[in-house]
Amino acid sequence: MISDAPVLQQSSEPAENAVAPSRLSRYARPALGLLLPLTLALGWELVVWSGWSNGRLVPPPSRVFATITELARSGELVRHISATLWRVGLGFGFGVVAGTLLGAISGYWSLARRLLDPTVQALRAIPSLAWVPLFILWLGIFETSKIALIAVGVFFPVYLGVMGAILSVDRKIVEVGRTFRLSGFAMIRRILLPAVLPAYVVSLRVGLGLGWMFVVAAELIGASEGLGYLLLDGQQLGKPAQILAAIVIFAILGKLTDWLIELAAAPFLRWQDAFGRAKET
Amino acid sequence: MLALDRVSKTYPNGVEALTRFSAEIRQGEIIAIIGGSGCGKSTLLRAIAGLDRASSGTVTLDGEAIASPHAKIGIIFQEPRLLPWLSVADNIGFGLAELPAAERRAKVARALDRVGLADKAQAWPRELSGGQAQRVAIARALVPQPEVLLLDEPFSALDAFTRRDLQDHLLDLWADTRPTLILVTHDVDEAVVLADRVLVMRPRPGRLFDQIEINLGRPRDRNSPLFETFKRSVLASLDRSLDRRVPDRDATQGPGQAMWW
Ligand SMILES: Nc1ncnc2c1ncn2[C@@H]1O[C@H](COP(=O)(O)OP(=O)(O)O)[C@@H](O)[C@H]1O
Ligand SMILES: [Mg+2]
Repeated sequence: MISDAPVLQQSSEPAENAVAPSRLSRYARPALGLLLPLTLALGWELVVWSGWSNGRLVPPPSRVFATITELARSGELVRHISATLWRVGLGFGFGVVAGTLLGAISGYWSLARRLLDPTVQALRAIPSLAWVPLFILWLGIFETSKIALIAVGVFFPVYLGVMGAILSVDRKIVEVGRTFRLSGFAMIRRILLPAVLPAYVVSLRVGLGLGWMFVVAAELIGASEGLGYLLLDGQQLGKPAQILAAIVIFAILGKLTDWLIELAAAPFLRWQDAFGRAKET
Repeated sequence: MLALDRVSKTYPNGVEALTRFSAEIRQGEIIAIIGGSGCGKSTLLRAIAGLDRASSGTVTLDGEAIASPHAKIGIIFQEPRLLPWLSVADNIGFGLAELPAAERRAKVARALDRVGLADKAQAWPRELSGGQAQRVAIARALVPQPEVLLLDEPFSALDAFTRRDLQDHLLDLWADTRPTLILVTHDVDEAVVLADRVLVMRPRPGRLFDQIEINLGRPRDRNSPLFETFKRSVLASLDRSLDRRVPDRDATQGPGQAMWW
């Protein structure tokens, strides 16, 4: 019955919104988005509760929630979550560092771009999962190959994002830097970095999304812990509630980490924010 | 003094944008450069600013050859080109990075006051109107106190009313430190209101065609008959510059070259 409280809040909201139209846009829009999933969840809960379905293949929300609490109580949940987070964190870190460095080099020096970019683009054309057998052969079936796979997934969007952002920096603004005789380093720090930051943040978020995708792939292939392992375990032992629990946790963690990036970048993108808000009103 | 000696520019694609442009410009003089589109006005300004290298000829400021951007030369473009991630105050202080923070803040505050935007100090450039943004650009260029300020059609994107306002404002700011102003424009009114001397250029290839001294006191009355006379003579010269049948008068060539034929 976890879904009751939000639904009740929901139904009371339209009345308030009618009074304050400015608050309507702020709260009603996300609330509207929640309406469908919450209704479905509650509906399914009622269907199973009233006995119309046994809910064995599609467990109701309460049973998924019970599975999560069960896992949490036994300490399993923390173990699986930390294993997955650790892999995503490391893979994301390596992917971001490599993608940023190579992307910046390719974007900044056209000679490096001509040397490097064709190879990177060719590698990008390979579906990343095709690397799995090779990584396992090279790096073993334990952590290293998993982290390498995640890093590969993160690398490409970051590389492309950084290179594209540098290439599309407005030449007219660079000229302003030139008229004030900025040195190469000052030009990077005072003009290029702030100019590419918005696109960089986007590429980080895309990269993180791919990181989460690839951690599932890596953990499905062979792991003894992690959320992906929970998925596989749930399938092999016929525990759909456990699969759904893992999926829900993936969703929460994915959203949460994405939000962390947004939050960390927000102070540096206030100038853009102001623009977005001005346009909405 | 700013000396331009036979400045020529041929772009890599073979376009002869500017040929043998010579002029001597006194410190504190206000020059307007006027001419049809594509006659090399921007090319000339960029060569003076050191943003582009002339193919031949030299630009010298107080005896120093200019080949790259120089601290004594500022430039204002047609677009304000403010840095969107800096507040208005930080945009104005952009060229003062070497100064101690306190001194920089004081200069920026004075400049903000001077262009009438003290209340916008913490605004983002996106929140400014076109005229306000261009005033910030003017303040940004003037605050390091250049000896020469180049302006490439700085007011042409603005409506007529704002344009007049900014022209008066520019003169007002100019009077503070009296830098040399070189202003590219296609507005005859603007040229006559601002300039001590109007240089008329003609296209294909871009070159100097005529010079007209504007012997009018300041402040100038846009409605006086004398103002009209000067306007008409600039217009007439502009018309002749665009007429292919009129030969170059070539005020810039020395007598030796004239005698050659
Ligand atoms: N970067 C460039 N490369 C090639 N040709 C150019 C370039 N910039 C300007 N030109 C050409 O040089 C000529 C003069 O241009 P410009 O100085 O911009 O004229 P104006 O500012 O007087 O309108 C034009 O014919 C233009 O097409
Ligand atoms: Mg031009």
